Amino acid sequence: MSAALIRVEELAKDYVMGSNVVPALRGVTLDIAAGEFVAVMGPSGSGKSTFMNLLGCLDHPSGGSYWLGGQEVSALSGDELATVRNRKLGFVFQHFNLLARTSALDNVALPLLYGGMPPAQRKQHAEQRLTQVGLAERLDHHPSQLSGGQQQRVAIARALVNDPQLVLADEPTGALDSRTSVEIMALLQQLNREGITIVLVTHEHDIADFAGRIISFRDGKVVEDRANVPKDAAAAL
Amino acid sequence: MNFVATLRIALLALRINKLRSALTMLGIIIGVAAVIVMIAVGNGAQARVEDQIRSLGSNIIMVLSGSMTSGGARGGSGSQPTITEDDAYALNREIDEIHAAAPTLRGTGQIVVGNANWSTVYYGTSPEYLEVREWAVVEGRGFEQAEINGAGKVVLLGQTVAKNLFGDASPIDQVVRVRKVPLTVIGLLDRKGQNMMGQDQDDIILMPISTARKRVLGSAQQAKSRSVGSIMVKVKDGADMGAAEARMRELLRQRHRLQTGQDDDFYVRNLSEILQAQEASSKVMSLLLAAVASVSLLVGGIGIMNIMLVSVTERTREIGLRMAVGARARDILTQFLVEAVTLSLIGGAIGILLGVGGAMAIAELAGWRTELSGGSIVLAAGFAGAIGIFFGYYPAKKASRLLPIEALRYE
Repeated sequence: MSAALIRVEELAKDYVMGSNVVPALRGVTLDIAAGEFVAVMGPSGSGKSTFMNLLGCLDHPSGGSYWLGGQEVSALSGDELATVRNRKLGFVFQHFNLLARTSALDNVALPLLYGGMPPAQRKQHAEQRLTQVGLAERLDHHPSQLSGGQQQRVAIARALVNDPQLVLADEPTGALDSRTSVEIMALLQQLNREGITIVLVTHEHDIADFAGRIISFRDGKVVEDRANVPKDAAAAL
Repeated sequence: MNFVATLRIALLALRINKLRSALTMLGIIIGVAAVIVMIAVGNGAQARVEDQIRSLGSNIIMVLSGSMTSGGARGGSGSQPTITEDDAYALNREIDEIHAAAPTLRGTGQIVVGNANWSTVYYGTSPEYLEVREWAVVEGRGFEQAEINGAGKVVLLGQTVAKNLFGDASPIDQVVRVRKVPLTVIGLLDRKGQNMMGQDQDDIILMPISTARKRVLGSAQQAKSRSVGSIMVKVKDGADMGAAEARMRELLRQRHRLQTGQDDDFYVRNLSEILQAQEASSKVMSLLLAAVASVSLLVGGIGIMNIMLVSVTERTREIGLRMAVGARARDILTQFLVEAVTLSLIGGAIGILLGVGGAMAIAELAGWRTELSGGSIVLAAGFAGAIGIFFGYYPAKKASRLLPIEALRYE
């Protein structure tokens, strides 16, 4: 039990639309252990994005509990959640969400800025992460000077820069062509082998196939949760 | 997150939208410059009036002869020589509020020295005159009582007269002739400049009142009557001008043996009051100017608010991302507030430069007197900063209240 990095019990989320209450998540209970590579699947409206937002501490659940690394986070205030996101989580988004006209280095260092790290150390950490994702030569490039795949690598470096316990990737290949997608997946697999826990949302089976565990959602509930023998992305290139 | 980092983020955001930032600042620039120029112009006008008060001397009350009505024709003020030298001495002696009272006899005439001549105004008066006018003798000496009593043949020259007759040479101990009467120059008066009517106050010579009466004016009637044209009175500092005026009136009525119900046969004029009224109106004027200028500063502030609101909406996804990677509500609040304050402070700094330049240009081109004060510059800068905070707060608060998940999803 205590080995689980993520533990959710009866996690629920309702959206209020006018006088209607729309349940988006109807009681999800599961554990994710440290070091896992999990793909979350499901059609739109299945609740997978809502589940991700709750895992990412970006939203408050309507019911149930969520422990992240042994800490009950479902009851924390907005600012406390911000601290949790800053210290324990890394995000990779479909549209990269990099700051325009800001160098790759500064983009990667952004979480450290809010974490209160001194500038020299920020630079050093960010450089190290960019090197890790293969962009050591592109430190001063702005997002507009980088390809989509390179931008997503910058975003991954940003997700890693604060040594998170968990990286959440929301459709990280959704805006990329298939070859670049596989490259990104190869990078995520490599990071996972290095010990980082990854939860990835996708609606593509090809992409989910690179993960070690696939959880499927439908109508706000988990309908399938199975282990998968991951395809090696590096070999597929 | 430390302040330097916040400042860098704010500056970067402003640089990204250079044109928009510049236009937003323009409102503040114009506002601050207008406030500084208007205060400078207002202060300049006020300083002019204050200078006039200073050159007249402060707390001055004039007593003038009354009018004479004969055969239905009413003479003007001074047509009946009712006040006398002795009235002046009595005022001096008997009213505590009075610092000094000087009788004056006025005449105009030509003053000749060698083959140079100059037409000017001469005043016969007593030594108190210089005290009343707060007029210093810069070279030589003033009158002595013996010269007043004995109609001494001495004279004090104003700067303009001295310049015209003697050039740069010292006039002291030179003999000048006024209406053929030789008088020795014993002193040179300090420069007074123009009075409020633009008359040159230095175009004047002063002589003992007895000398003017007996030797220069030379009218037998006047020589007997001891009457004077006016008495100039300086009330003591801090004394009640109104009370002093009332007591003077009472004393003069008594001396002139006027019955109750009979009109005064003299006029009492409070000159300082006229100037003070002018000063008050110029103060109101400069306040009004500053108020109008402040309105443009306010409009500039609204411009900042407008742009910051647009900016918050435009950068919703950026705000969402910052929140996702750990920015707390107050980090976002600070960021946008610093942006607004930076806009207004940079605008304020440019506005100060423009305002100072503008005030100097107005002084140079229009010839108006302008007075730049450090206070108005500090005030304008402070006001600009305050406007940044005031008008930046609402958009910044709005940004900080965004929910991270909604901000991230914003299209």
